[in-house]
Amino acid sequence: MSTFADKRSSYFQSVKVRKRIMQIVVTTILILGSLLILSPVWWMLATSLKSMREIMQFPPTFIPEDFHFQNYVETWKSAPFTRYTLNTLFITACCVIGSVFSNSFVAYGFAKVKFRFKNVLFALVLATMMIPGFVTMIPQYIVFSKLGWLNTYLPLIVPSLFGSAFFIFLLRQFFLTIPNELIEAAKIDGANHFYIWWKIAVPLAKPAIATVAIFSFNGAWNDFLGPLLYVNDESLYSLQIGLQVFKGEISTQWNYLMAGSLMVLLPVIVLFFIFQRYFIEGMNITSGSKG
Amino acid sequence: MEKVERTAISKTKTKKAHKHMTIQRKEELQGFVFLTPWIIGFLFITAGPLLFSLYASFTNYDVTSQMEFIGFENYIKMFTQDSLFWTSLYNTLYYVAFSVPLTTAGAVLLAVLLNQGVPGMRFYRTIFYLPAVLSGVGVYLLWMQLLAPSTGLINTLLAFVGIQGPAWLFDPQWTKPALIFMKLWSLGGGMLLYLASLQGVPKTLYEAAEIDGANAFHRFRHITLPMITPVIFFDLVTSLIGGFQVFQEAYVMTESGNGGPANSLVFFNLHMWNNAFESFDMGYAMGMSWVLFVIILILTLINIKLAPRWVHYEGEDK
Repeated sequence: MSTFADKRSSYFQSVKVRKRIMQIVVTTILILGSLLILSPVWWMLATSLKSMREIMQFPPTFIPEDFHFQNYVETWKSAPFTRYTLNTLFITACCVIGSVFSNSFVAYGFAKVKFRFKNVLFALVLATMMIPGFVTMIPQYIVFSKLGWLNTYLPLIVPSLFGSAFFIFLLRQFFLTIPNELIEAAKIDGANHFYIWWKIAVPLAKPAIATVAIFSFNGAWNDFLGPLLYVNDESLYSLQIGLQVFKGEISTQWNYLMAGSLMVLLPVIVLFFIFQRYFIEGMNITSGSKG
Repeated sequence: MEKVERTAISKTKTKKAHKHMTIQRKEELQGFVFLTPWIIGFLFITAGPLLFSLYASFTNYDVTSQMEFIGFENYIKMFTQDSLFWTSLYNTLYYVAFSVPLTTAGAVLLAVLLNQGVPGMRFYRTIFYLPAVLSGVGVYLLWMQLLAPSTGLINTLLAFVGIQGPAWLFDPQWTKPALIFMKLWSLGGGMLLYLASLQGVPKTLYEAAEIDGANAFHRFRHITLPMITPVIFFDLVTSLIGGFQVFQEAYVMTESGNGGPANSLVFFNLHMWNNAFESFDMGYAMGMSWVLFVIILILTLINIKLAPRWVHYEGEDK
């Protein structure tokens, strides 16, 4: 009897020890992995603060010998970055507002309004996700050029008013969780669906809408292809195009290039740390429905 | 008296039915209003352009002057005369063949590690996810610096362990691996998807398996993996579609989109881009885009066809 108890306790002991070892191994891997993942960002920061002489020296240093903060000032001054930033902010704001409205509108229709062919149409929405963007890129360019929209922001902003499959899908999943009784009660009080969408569904879906807003901010802020295709005037350049041109102008001045890159990436990094909960929320909705 | 009553009842009945009809019709009408933005978008920036490009791929369209029907000439030229077409197809397949499985496997592995209940999971999750939200020219410039042959971070780290790193973006053999490494940096997006689905796996399954004496590998192979196969499937399909469209990194990280040393970074879409917007051979470029579309479509259909063999859906017995 006692030997059995001993055996049992030693079994649990060994399980415990094994778990402990496992934890230490996993933690070590994760810490090393985190350092590896973060090292490029550190390298960007370090390089941006070095002098060109220090960048060229061998072996490279991980911490700048002295900190050249003026690299940032000089970078900002050597190209119209203020102009680019304002342009990008304008485009991004329009896209975020447009996509929040259009996607929540369409998604509400799919989630809460009864009409014929709904399932077929929704399948069609999902199917458009499978169309590679490059197939429609050239004909879209032709359409926008025939409309005389080249060298304006319209081709970058107007598509966001039509909704995008992924966001519609994401918001629909969220709207589906709103109880139908709530909708029915509002209807009995005489409300139509537009009122319900704006006054009930949208306020309830704030977290999901924040997710869409953040994703579309990122999309618009990082968009390179759109402005590359449609914007030619230097005064209309976005930050991405500005950075690309800047790269061509100063070629291997890596401290300036890294300073410029970091400044362009900084808003996204800051936003990510503030709102990461919404990023993760969006991913949860995506995987939850598929899983 | 009775008759009057009856007609009154039937009147209210038809009135009710009528009212019901109008409510239903009103609802239906509202439904289509809600869909209007998407329908307009679908017609004018998806379906319309798609059909136009299919037609235009059989013409010599150049935006400004000509659009004559030339039959299969574009496609014949593509397959028989344009050697760069085959190069671009090869480069793209190479990139997809390595980047898609590697990022998927890496993301699954990372998610499983994060799901082991070690303290600080949220912290690591944030760190690993960060690169996935960073994109655009800033990231490409950063990687050009990291991959710099003598002063870059990667070769510096390799030198620490006694390996002399290659010239990466300057060596035709290493340009594509370089871009694949860059892709791997951002596998946190996939990881997050897997992590979310792993957290939905009931703990009792693991406990039961442990009591039955299943070791960690068995638990992974027979519980974790089957439970996340739907997400693997989703990830595989979408990253395949994304992988075939690799373009920006090659455009930014080579000299004005020329395709790198020995054309080693001429990806399908870069070649298409140059045809469309450098030589304005739009018909030809749209033909190329349809070839890519068909390739992606076939691979996606194969994926969907094969899915029942390995994708496990909860509540479905097999």
